[in-house]
Amino acid sequence: MKKMKLVVVGNGMAGIRTVEELLALAPDLYDITVFGSEPHPNYNRILLSPVLAGEQEFDNIVLNPRSWYEENGITLHTGRTITRIDRARRRVIADDGGEAEYDRLLLATGSTPFMLPVPGKDLRGVIAYRDIADTQAMMDAASAKKHAVVIGGGLLGLEAANGLKLRGMTVSVVHLGDWLLDRQLDATAGGLLRRSLEERGLSFLLGRQTEEIVGNAEGEACAVRFKGGEEVPAQLVVMAVGIRPNTALAESAGLYCNRGIVVSDVLQTFDPRIYAVGECVSHRGVAYGLVAPLFEQAKVCANHLARLGIGQYQGSVLSTKLKVTGIDLFSAGDFMGGEGCEDIVLSDPAGGVYKKLVIKDDQLVGACLYGDTLDAAWYFKLLREGRKINDLRDTLMFGESAIGDVGVAGQSRAAAMQDSDEVCGCNGVCKGTIVKAIKDQGLFTVDDVKKHTKAASSCGSCTGLVEQILMNTLGSSFQETPKTKAVCGCTDHTHGEIRKAIREQHLTTHLAVYRFLEWRTPNGCATCRPAVNYYLLSTWPKEAVDDPQSRFVNERVHANIQKDGTFSVIPQMKGGVTNPSELRRIADVADKYAVPMVKVTGGQRIDLLGVKKEDLVNVWKDLGMNSGHAYGKSIRTVKTCVGSEFCRFGTQNSTQMGIDLETMLANMWSPHKVKLAVSGCPRNCAEAGIKDVGVIAVDSGWELYVGGNGGIKTEVAQFLAKVKTSDEVKEYSGAFLQLYREEAYYLDRTVHYIARVGLDYIKRQIVDDAANRKALYERLLYALEGLPDPWAARIAGAQKQEYIPIKLIPAGEPA
Amino acid sequence: MNAPATQQWLRVCAVNEIPLLGSRLVECPSGNIAVFRTAEDNVFALLDRCPHKAGPLSQGIVHGETVTCPLHSWNIDLKSGEAKAPDVGCARRYPVEVRDGDVFLALASA
Ligand SMILES: Cc1cc2nc3c(=O)[nH]c(=O)nc-3n(C[C@H](O)[C@H](O)[C@H](O)COP(=O)(O)OP(=O)(O)OC[C@H]3O[C@@H](n4cnc5c(N)ncnc54)[C@H](O)[C@@H]3O)c2cc1C
Ligand code: HEM
Ligand code: SF4
Ligand code: FES
Repeated sequence: MKKMKLVVVGNGMAGIRTVEELLALAPDLYDITVFGSEPHPNYNRILLSPVLAGEQEFDNIVLNPRSWYEENGITLHTGRTITRIDRARRRVIADDGGEAEYDRLLLATGSTPFMLPVPGKDLRGVIAYRDIADTQAMMDAASAKKHAVVIGGGLLGLEAANGLKLRGMTVSVVHLGDWLLDRQLDATAGGLLRRSLEERGLSFLLGRQTEEIVGNAEGEACAVRFKGGEEVPAQLVVMAVGIRPNTALAESAGLYCNRGIVVSDVLQTFDPRIYAVGECVSHRGVAYGLVAPLFEQAKVCANHLARLGIGQYQGSVLSTKLKVTGIDLFSAGDFMGGEGCEDIVLSDPAGGVYKKLVIKDDQLVGACLYGDTLDAAWYFKLLREGRKINDLRDTLMFGESAIGDVGVAGQSRAAAMQDSDEVCGCNGVCKGTIVKAIKDQGLFTVDDVKKHTKAASSCGSCTGLVEQILMNTLGSSFQETPKTKAVCGCTDHTHGEIRKAIREQHLTTHLAVYRFLEWRTPNGCATCRPAVNYYLLSTWPKEAVDDPQSRFVNERVHANIQKDGTFSVIPQMKGGVTNPSELRRIADVADKYAVPMVKVTGGQRIDLLGVKKEDLVNVWKDLGMNSGHAYGKSIRTVKTCVGSEFCRFGTQNSTQMGIDLETMLANMWSPHKVKLAVSGCPRNCAEAGIKDVGVIAVDSGWELYVGGNGGIKTEVAQFLAKVKTSDEVKEYSGAFLQLYREEAYYLDRTVHYIARVGLDYIKRQIVDDAANRKALYERLLYALEGLPDPWAARIAGAQKQEYIPIKLIPAGEPA
Repeated sequence: MNAPATQQWLRVCAVNEIPLLGSRLVECPSGNIAVFRTAEDNVFALLDRCPHKAGPLSQGIVHGETVTCPLHSWNIDLKSGEAKAPDVGCARRYPVEVRDGDVFLALASA
């Protein structure tokens, strides 16, 4: 098939991010051509501020070197501006007369700085702050000139002023508003910010309206004059009064623009062949000026360019950070408050700390933090999720560490870590090393960090922590990269494609999969076979036959191999409840087989460690208990607390709820292990906040949380729904787990799955769509119905030879 | 395959007592031996000690003519016993043959 042609106009952060996402999804769909006005490959515009401040070098902020374009077969034209789009002939025309044809066109032209229309704006020495050329001009001016005036006290203006000051100029910031960052901070926080910037030697002229930039005889700027006649000297004037979406090209081609190129939720313009992303776009009437939302747009846009057609961009909630070293501020949402809102304020001006939380209808709707931003990520999460905060209200101001383990421990773990704390246990990499590499080498993605520091390059369980460190170090500019590579060397197909083929082609055996998808190897490898085995079983329950030889040893033997080759045996103990007779049998088995250690596990059951392989079947027989599946990518346990039966705080019978769930989920295989917990009240003694499905009883019913994980990277479960009855608990959690079983990639925990599809998607499937929920739940019950307990099956003789070694003794004399 | 004079051929089991793409563990006085069976019914025998950290190769996943060690996923070539690049190491091989549907292993005499 002939490849389609994709032309990208704008070689900047949003455009190239879209291309990266597209390549990950559909590497061979398009011949890609990129045009960029600037003479550079794509670089990290955000880091211009650290460059100006002398904390970074230009060379280090390049995101995609020219070799990247070459390796991906992308034709790159730098220093060339597209001046015309011929939509009828589907061509773009560049300023040098060159043309390129397209089947799809992506506009990512960014924005242009707004220049105040005052006399003198065209004098030499008057510049904006947008690109490498501007930054270079400022650095040159700083080495030759004395006085700088920055017009505009927003994020960009303050970062410019800070940089120029550090380069030795005297700097005044002119601002029309009554306080600094008036779009990001309230008056009090703005005042604190002003004070600490003044301590650094900046001066401020607030409430001033610029009337003219005065030039000398050579046509160079020499002063700024305000309304009322006041004048300050200025050989360098930086305009940072705002940006305007760069729509000139789109408008000249007749595309509908209204303060930005107007796009739909799939980032399509009014011409279906033309997409647009980035600051040039107006989506639902909003044009964004920070990279996080632009990267979300890129993800959705790439998905549609790749013809997958999944996902919609629904707009973003923004948060703000200022990249001036040593100043911590954060704001998000509706931080000004107003009608119908309540404020909780903590103010310690002497200590330089100010926090304001705005609450409306029992939800956190805005936050403005100055001086102490440790809990910023947590507040931002509460805000985006729109979670009810009545239960947290008393301690909300003191941050997440002040609440118990219902909460959100781990979110700001990276921030709280010391530089000497180890992040990657596999390769012994400390936080300080990673932060330094991110700053010095201009790293931007987890993959960069892997390459440069080796952190997260082995077992990968610290990936989340690395992500957090990236996030904290880079601010809002960081976005995690998707997992869409080929499964292994046996095939070029991705997990998603394999699942799809199995479902659509009704493939039920390994061989059929390898044939249909043209595997390069006759029977796969140790990476793809377990995945394919799971996909077959989960897609065609009762039809596909389990292949023990495609399972890791633990799942084949139904016990956990230990480092000395012995095994551990963990019988099922639903909800952590046992009885004297079971305990007696466990004790007898431990005696009879001389089990070296008997231990209570973290999952509320008992582990017999050090059992010999040939004893396994007899041990199971003597125990007379079911397998606890403690060895598999499967249901593990449902932890419970004592709940209303005994506990004076309990609101519901959490123990019985846990037993019911564990009974329902018995023998369930899943993409990765699945753990549940049920607590009888929000004190949450069963630690439901870090489980794949966590259930917390409240007076009026049950709250369901999903996607928690207590591993190396603690992940807090996210609120899914509140339900009334225990039947609903079963139905909702069953439906969620079935969705996960059907759609997650092998070895993705629920948290990874949710990160890929989004919690909103899960809610639409499970909460909003009752028919779909019921169907999912029924499919789960159908898949699990009649599955035998694996231990009972082996006591009855299944896979006998697995457990019996052959003994060979050579004769005493040579033959 | 000819065994040196100091070795003797012993019957292990029938070929179909080894699972396809699987293995059986054979206990011998000189150490445990893993006997593997591939999809094409070829049979191989290696010392049941991974050259990496002595993992039990008999418990690994067999694919093509390779076994993946269950402990740290080294890939060991069944024919040569060599670890596949980038890893380096070699598991000891034993002469093994199939005669009339039975597997025979050549062992050093005691
Ligand atoms: C100094 C500074 C600091 C910032 N700090 C932060 C921060 O801390 N956090 C944050 O989230 N955001 C920050 N931003 C904003 C962020 O950089 C932008 O939101 C982001 O770069 C926008 O990406 P984009 O692809 O839409 O536009 P750009 O990255 O501007 O890319 C557009 C590119 O298209 C080119 N172009 C335009 N028209 C044409 C044409 N007709 N033909 C060919 N090429 C064309 C332009 O030259 C430009 O290179 C900062 C911006 C600046 C300037
Ligand atoms: C009788 C009615 C119409 C017919 C037969 C028609 C036909 C077409 C055809 C053949 C194309 C080219 C498609 C391609 O190249 O892939 C096209 C493109 C397009 N049409 Fe229509 N169209 C009709 C009405 C409309 C209307 C009512 C609108 C908008 C309100 C519209 C908007 C567009 C746009 C934006 C394009 C893309 C232009 C481009 O690719 O350069 N069309 N149409
Ligand atoms: S979670 Fe609540 S009900 Fe359960 S044991 Fe703890 S305090 Fe009691
Ligand atoms: S012991 Fe075999 S890979 Fe480590």
